[in-house]
Amino acid sequence: MALAFDEYGRPFIILREQESKSRLRGLDAQKANIAAGVAVSRILRTSLGPKGMDKMLQSPDGDITITNDGATILEQMDVDNQIGKLMVELSRSQDYEIGDGTTGVVVMAGALLEQAEKLLERGIHPIRVAEGFEISSRIAVDHLEQIAHKFDFSATNIEPLVQTCMTTLSSKIVNRCKRSLAEIAVKGVMAVADLERKDVNLDLIKVEGKVGGKLEDTELIHGIIVDKDMSHPQMPKQILDAKIAILTCPFEPPKPKTKHKVDIDTVEKFQTLRKQEQKYFDDMVQKCKDVGATLVICQWGFDDEANHLLMNRNLPAVRWVGGVELELIAIATGGRIVPRFQELTPEKLGKAGLVREKAFGTTKDRMLYIEHCANSKAVTIFIRGGNKMMIEETKRSIHDALCVARNLIHNNSIVYGGGAAEISCSIAVEAAADKYPGVEQYAIRAFADALDSVPMALAENSGLQPIETLSAVKAQQIKDNNHCCGIDCNDTGTNDMREENVFETLIGKQQQILLATQVVKMILKIDDVISPSDY
Amino acid sequence: MVVEKLFKDEATEEKGERARMASFVGAMAIADLVKTTLGPKGMDKILQSTGRGHSVTVTNDGATILKSLHIDNPAAKVLIDISKVQDDEVGDGTTSVVVLAGELLREAEKLVGSKIHPMTIISGYRMAADCARRALLDRVKDNKDDAEKFRSDLMRIAMTTLSSKILSQDKEHFAKLAVDAVMRLKGSTNLESIQIIKKAGGSLKDSFLDEGFILDKKIGLGQPKRIENANILVANTAMDTDKVKIYGARVRVDSMAKVAQIEGAEKEKMREKVQKIIGHGINCFVNRQLIYNFPEELFADAGILAIEHADFNGIERLALVTGGEIASTFDNPESVKLGHCKLIEEIMIDEDKLIHFSGVEMGQACTIVLRGASFHVLDEAERSLHDALCVLSQTVNDSRVLLGGGWPEMVMAKAVDELARKTPGKKSHAIEAFSRALIAIPTTIADNAGLDSAELVAQLRAEHHKEDSNAGIDVITGSVGDMSELGISEAFKVKQAVLLSATEASEMILRVDEIITCAPRRREDRM
Repeated sequence: MALAFDEYGRPFIILREQESKSRLRGLDAQKANIAAGVAVSRILRTSLGPKGMDKMLQSPDGDITITNDGATILEQMDVDNQIGKLMVELSRSQDYEIGDGTTGVVVMAGALLEQAEKLLERGIHPIRVAEGFEISSRIAVDHLEQIAHKFDFSATNIEPLVQTCMTTLSSKIVNRCKRSLAEIAVKGVMAVADLERKDVNLDLIKVEGKVGGKLEDTELIHGIIVDKDMSHPQMPKQILDAKIAILTCPFEPPKPKTKHKVDIDTVEKFQTLRKQEQKYFDDMVQKCKDVGATLVICQWGFDDEANHLLMNRNLPAVRWVGGVELELIAIATGGRIVPRFQELTPEKLGKAGLVREKAFGTTKDRMLYIEHCANSKAVTIFIRGGNKMMIEETKRSIHDALCVARNLIHNNSIVYGGGAAEISCSIAVEAAADKYPGVEQYAIRAFADALDSVPMALAENSGLQPIETLSAVKAQQIKDNNHCCGIDCNDTGTNDMREENVFETLIGKQQQILLATQVVKMILKIDDVISPSDY
Repeated sequence: MVVEKLFKDEATEEKGERARMASFVGAMAIADLVKTTLGPKGMDKILQSTGRGHSVTVTNDGATILKSLHIDNPAAKVLIDISKVQDDEVGDGTTSVVVLAGELLREAEKLVGSKIHPMTIISGYRMAADCARRALLDRVKDNKDDAEKFRSDLMRIAMTTLSSKILSQDKEHFAKLAVDAVMRLKGSTNLESIQIIKKAGGSLKDSFLDEGFILDKKIGLGQPKRIENANILVANTAMDTDKVKIYGARVRVDSMAKVAQIEGAEKEKMREKVQKIIGHGINCFVNRQLIYNFPEELFADAGILAIEHADFNGIERLALVTGGEIASTFDNPESVKLGHCKLIEEIMIDEDKLIHFSGVEMGQACTIVLRGASFHVLDEAERSLHDALCVLSQTVNDSRVLLGGGWPEMVMAKAVDELARKTPGKKSHAIEAFSRALIAIPTTIADNAGLDSAELVAQLRAEHHKEDSNAGIDVITGSVGDMSELGISEAFKVKQAVLLSATEASEMILRVDEIITCAPRRREDRM
């Protein structure tokens, strides 16, 4: 029980240690935390690399997710342990920042924690360990900068980008057609990229999935797909050179926000009201027609009468289109979203070369394709696949590939994958360790060992002898002074990653090391865990 | 140090071998469950729902069986999912896809047992699936250009599909129905325009295809029961009380007389609407919504046939067949397209009165009236017919055709076997296993028919060793026969989908090395 005394010498209780409140202090706390962190990273370890295995996750509602994307696994895992939650956060922030390497970062953090535990057992103070890790992470990041390659690509030469995306995709279940998916991802990113400012707005890339067909049917569409169909079954299914009115107001009589009542007390009023109502509908349709629209896309629904009027006036319409989709359509077609009928002008209409409705399979599924838009800067990646889980996993994989391509446009530096970068860093950190006097030296060496664990896991997952392979590669790197040597996961006979075309982005790798170190530092600094009692 | 609690309460984690075991066992259990329904002599299952009334379904349609199961095993759910997708995409082969995936996993389990890494098995399976697909492509027949032959292909496919269902007794009759119906669609895959009406009574043989359109509705009272050269207005409009749609409108009066006046105005409004509708020069009016007595009476006075409450699909189909448009406003009679048909009459099927539209303009839609002894029979007949229609409509678009009766599996198995012999390395075991899994399908067909499967499959394999063999299992005589002579065909698209999705699913399950099950969401107790 924590006691303190006030100015008169009377004791008071700061923290009541109830029976049920569990508390861990000192080395025990650190060890418990480390054990939890390591346990999480061990789950992910087998998912690393091109031969990594998947995890099957069953959600509380019984839905199944099959994935080997680190961030997704951790998010759905229902972790209760506080430190476990920290690791989940870690993976998520890598996902937000970089989008790829979410598994690697957790494995890295786990390895660091394992090393830290050994140091703690030797009696080294956790803060000194943390500082040592901090120093080493800086060395590693600087070293990565040195060994990074700039590579050239342009709007016409996208091959290097495709190669890098293929590295990302090769660890996913979709690696069967990684080539075509990588091309789709890169082309998609290039279409929306602003090469001048080196900026990519990934919001402009929409990823849609539909069950059925095969993975090979996945396509990139320069335009938008909306999972909707025409409001009236007899409207034309195909419109050439469409001028699109994008509306956020319903085809209904206006509803003033203020509360009001329209009282009907005579027959005349009843009749005028009726006339008025008809006029509303007529006017609305007429206004759309007047500005020259050939297609109306509306965020809200419309009444049967309005529907028929539109049909009658030969004005195809789509209703109940979601807000995000509406925005995308507006961007793609160069139109403006119009909130009121009065404000419709010809300039505010969007333009698209072709709008068509396409049916799938034996069910009544239809989707609306809007293609050849005025502003080509909005694309859709349309994924097909054997089942729902496959589609979801493909979506995640494509997201990773898109992020990688975007990062490369930001910063065109790459490092070599297959564990090559980690091994090279490990050598550099190891070499630097000797220069530091004091206890940190141990921590730095431990960091070097931790870096080795990523290639080690890769080798293990690929069914190679981990220690043998790693030492061979390491020796080769030192002997030839060639930092492109990595683990030959695909059994191709060479371990020069340059020949294999296995690249990763520099910022991705740097971020991995920095984030992992940060979290480990945080965990090491905790020396007291107070958990409230369970109710 | 042991981590005390990483997951929330009740969340479980299964790792490595145990996880793999759990998924293999689950998947195989599902496959074995539907296995006995495969093939022309497959048996049916009774499904009893846990809901109110404990309604019973009798079926041998894989997708229907699996859909109704409550499964907790995650791997089993993957299989159910592929079966559902198969149903949505091609409509048939829902059992085969599950059985094949189950067999692939069964073989994989043996391989994993003999220390082959799942990734190696996957790459072997991929090569094998690719090779099998090419082998099928080499042997497909395409009779698209020859209308006569194409039709006979369709007939054969329909008969093959139907032969494993309840309709097998009258398969020729139903195959003809299905082919006729699909041919009318002229290449569209929209099965919505084929309407299936089920009427209990009579026998399955009494089912018929009607060229026109049958609406399961009654004609309003006092209206003509028979109209020749009908002009039809298909509408979706309120014919009960036509509300004022302006927001916030309400009636506020101070005397009874005013109420009467307003009621009169309302009636007047309705009368005007009816007058407008009549002004279109029609003699038949079909509305999606209710028609109240008052307008009905007005229509009857004008000698117009008014049909109320035709559901949405009915309206859409009717608009499609008669060529009219679905109208909701009636101010511009000249611009509204009316539907036409030669004859509308009330017909009787046993005791039920139906409205029959014949001699319609566009022949795309048609109606199949199913008759049968009980509702269970009718439901199952509808499912079977639906399967046949799906397959046929897909075949019209992709006219490549294969032989049936285990022939495609044997062709694939042969090609895959050859590939296994040529492939160096551990993969060849997996490829060999793939061919064994393929052969399991004809084996199951033979087993289900009570034949000596080992003997038959061996004969079949010997037969297939010759070039261009057409041998397959003839379940009727219980021997190996020439499939092209027996006229047993299957659509290429179905077989391809079975092959690809089964491989994909088994691959997915194989890749898993850990299963994490979250605690089931607690139902809130409101007591």
